[in-house]
Amino acid sequence: MPEQDPYPRVDDVLALHRHDPTRLVQMLRDLQEAQGWLPPPVITELARKLGVSRARVEGVAAFYSFLHLQPVGYYRVLFSDNITDRMQGSQALLEYLCNKLWVEKGKVSEDGLLSIDTTSCTGLCDQGPGLLVNGWAIPRLSRERLDEIAELILARRPLAEWPQHLFHIEDNICRRDILLDHNLTPGEAIRAALARGLGTAPARPVSGRSWREGIPAAPPGPVATLEEIKRSGLRGRGGAGFATGLKWEACRNAPGETHYVVCNADEGEPGTFKDRVLLTRYADLVFEGMTVCAYVLGGGRRPTHGFLYLRGEYRYLLEPLLACLERRRREGLLGRDICGERGFDFDIEIHVGAGAYVCGEESALIESLEGKRGIPRNRPPYPVTHGYLGQPTVVNNVETFCAAALVAARGADWYRARGTPDSTGTKLLSVSGDCERPGIYEYPFGVTVREVLEDCGARDTQAVQVSGPSGSLIDAAEFDRRLAFEDLPTAGAFMVFDASRDIFEVVRNFVHFFAHESCGFCTPCRVGTAMMRNVVDKIHAGRGAQLDLEEICRLRQVMHLAAHCGLGHTACNPMQDMLKRFRPAIQRRLKSLDFEPAFDLDAALARARAFTGRDDAGAHLPAESETP
Amino acid sequence: MNSFLLDGAEIPFEPGQTVIQAALAAGHYIPHLCYHPEFVPHGSCKLCTVRADGRPTAACTLPAQAGLKVESETEELNDLRRTLVQMLFAEGNHFCPSCEKSGNCVLQALGYDLGVMTAGFRHFFLDRPVDASHPDILLDFNRCVLCKLCVRASEEVDGKGVFSLAGRGIQRRLIVSAESGRLADTDIAVTDKAVEVCPVGVILRKRVGFRVPIGRRRFDARPISAQALEDAPRKPEHKHE
Repeated sequence: MPEQDPYPRVDDVLALHRHDPTRLVQMLRDLQEAQGWLPPPVITELARKLGVSRARVEGVAAFYSFLHLQPVGYYRVLFSDNITDRMQGSQALLEYLCNKLWVEKGKVSEDGLLSIDTTSCTGLCDQGPGLLVNGWAIPRLSRERLDEIAELILARRPLAEWPQHLFHIEDNICRRDILLDHNLTPGEAIRAALARGLGTAPARPVSGRSWREGIPAAPPGPVATLEEIKRSGLRGRGGAGFATGLKWEACRNAPGETHYVVCNADEGEPGTFKDRVLLTRYADLVFEGMTVCAYVLGGGRRPTHGFLYLRGEYRYLLEPLLACLERRRREGLLGRDICGERGFDFDIEIHVGAGAYVCGEESALIESLEGKRGIPRNRPPYPVTHGYLGQPTVVNNVETFCAAALVAARGADWYRARGTPDSTGTKLLSVSGDCERPGIYEYPFGVTVREVLEDCGARDTQAVQVSGPSGSLIDAAEFDRRLAFEDLPTAGAFMVFDASRDIFEVVRNFVHFFAHESCGFCTPCRVGTAMMRNVVDKIHAGRGAQLDLEEICRLRQVMHLAAHCGLGHTACNPMQDMLKRFRPAIQRRLKSLDFEPAFDLDAALARARAFTGRDDAGAHLPAESETP
Repeated sequence: MNSFLLDGAEIPFEPGQTVIQAALAAGHYIPHLCYHPEFVPHGSCKLCTVRADGRPTAACTLPAQAGLKVESETEELNDLRRTLVQMLFAEGNHFCPSCEKSGNCVLQALGYDLGVMTAGFRHFFLDRPVDASHPDILLDFNRCVLCKLCVRASEEVDGKGVFSLAGRGIQRRLIVSAESGRLADTDIAVTDKAVEVCPVGVILRKRVGFRVPIGRRRFDARPISAQALEDAPRKPEHKHE
């Protein structure tokens, strides 16, 4: 009798992913669909059939927030915990739902029906508070909407049957410029790139030799398009601002079997949601930019392949994006002989992330694409020469590919006409927080913070977090600064805080975020972010002292000097900015003495009080201020 | 032969060597914890952080380049290393007087050698169960410094994959390759490289505890800065057989 395979689903999933270990994260996501979590035998079986150690598979599964190795509720409710969600009342709403459904935050209900917890920013800041239920996003939470959700949960209605209005997400586009108003038809940028090499002669010969010697007058399409991207001055929109043309050129020049084009749609920076809107409404433009990049890298002469790394929180965008890819294949804009160009073959597959901010770092993203834990690599070598599977790889932000498509279609001069000389073109901002009109704003680079504040209807503004927690927290004295790489660089987040907000609480939220998202690879960031979290909680609890500020400075120095990647280098930015610009926000919370222990004897007796059922004055120690 | 400057001294190197490999081979010590001469550099502990042409970077993963100016023995960098050692001591449960590894422990030896005099930070007081399931080997997960040496040794030398790291941030932890989570249910052997390579007191052999009395152990005889030079291969192609 043939041996029965106890876990047939593992085989199905393996077949679906071609037994390819680089697709491990995708396999784990699919396997989890069955029960909501990954039981130990499933991990064992998967590892055995993939021929890798069990510990490796478990190690990968345990890295990602949305993969579970312990039983979870049938409904898993995760409240987005960005500061903007909190400002919109998320904490009270979470408590409301917990009370209503008799469940403790962070624990599975006794009947296994549900669990309620928090998660990092879900990118719904302009229509928060947001939550994810079994990975699907629901915006604009209110008591009424939570009542509806609670009914559905108690009735055990499958998620597919939940009313669609709950999941409706607005675009909230408030200001358009050349990108959001692009008017390109699908394929136009690709055809422009293909035509570029054939048409007009260049102003000067590219090589030293003259066209009269029989050398083609115009450079071939890929080089001409690359030159156009370089001349446009386009810089990466993910935050670092590296010149896109130089990145493409370095990758193009690197030897390899296949050149890879990777779109970083792991939009994890709290307060950033412009990529969500681009992927919702402008997916064609994103894929168009990636295809132009593939043309520059491969030029129809060598293999290229594309990936879009979609953050797990945007899972609901997967089907529309796949449909867009399918349509583009039908239209001859992806696949073989794109736009009729012989040998120009390129296709794009989508990888869905599983809840890890650090995967927004390009080398961590590549590790995750390869089916590993998302840990940033040692560099050099850089991804442009040794990226995905050790091959030359371009990783660019969603918005960068959109801008590149614009440049390919309309030319560098047209593009350079917008923005500043050092920061050409436009930038999409995700505006949220204390303002009348949160949403997406597209501005030419060089716009001042003040102009944005006026346009979005912000009043009595105390501070703006530009570019998210890893960016800069600025005060009113700096509102005339310009959003541009040469002044205030930004990846897009723009969170507004009015005078009623406590900046210490803003910073505490960000400190917790980094502690939660540190990958744990290097000592300074792994231990430093956790220590920083403990210090701000100590201060929050009213037990801070001068010595804690010294500890903060020490941790900041260590992380800045020795952390492995950008996450660790920037994790202390919010704290540093508060100490520099909003010092009273932290100073007024400190006790005046030099040292105050974190240990609170009275609080430590809470369990003893609970056991004895007492909470009267006699069961408490006198407060320290009352002791003589 | 190519060379670079380490704190003013000329260090020759062969192509493919990293800064720490060339420095150790030339008899110059750079403090390190997760680097081990027999394994591909990992670059996670950051104790070997140097300034290369002014830029802070881990010496173990930095390819040696001709003309590079590397600073290591500076007040700033040794302060950094002391703080990192303190952070590691605070992260795990490193109570040297009750640890069998005392005297053979790289973390402890680094503490002494760098002159770490105080705890410096509040401890996290980990509470992870020890694993005594295996007849010959004991695991105390509370002392792990996440250097990944056992993971690397088990995969690369033993060909087994007994260990892996799991979790994220401060939750990052060592796991063993068994559905039960118990070391007894893996194919580890006491003779494995993975057992020998642990720099701290996580992976311990049973029934040999304190056979060598404290005071006569590895780092009791000489500080780690001297011991590391003695252990360092003088040729880059030196590999574990």
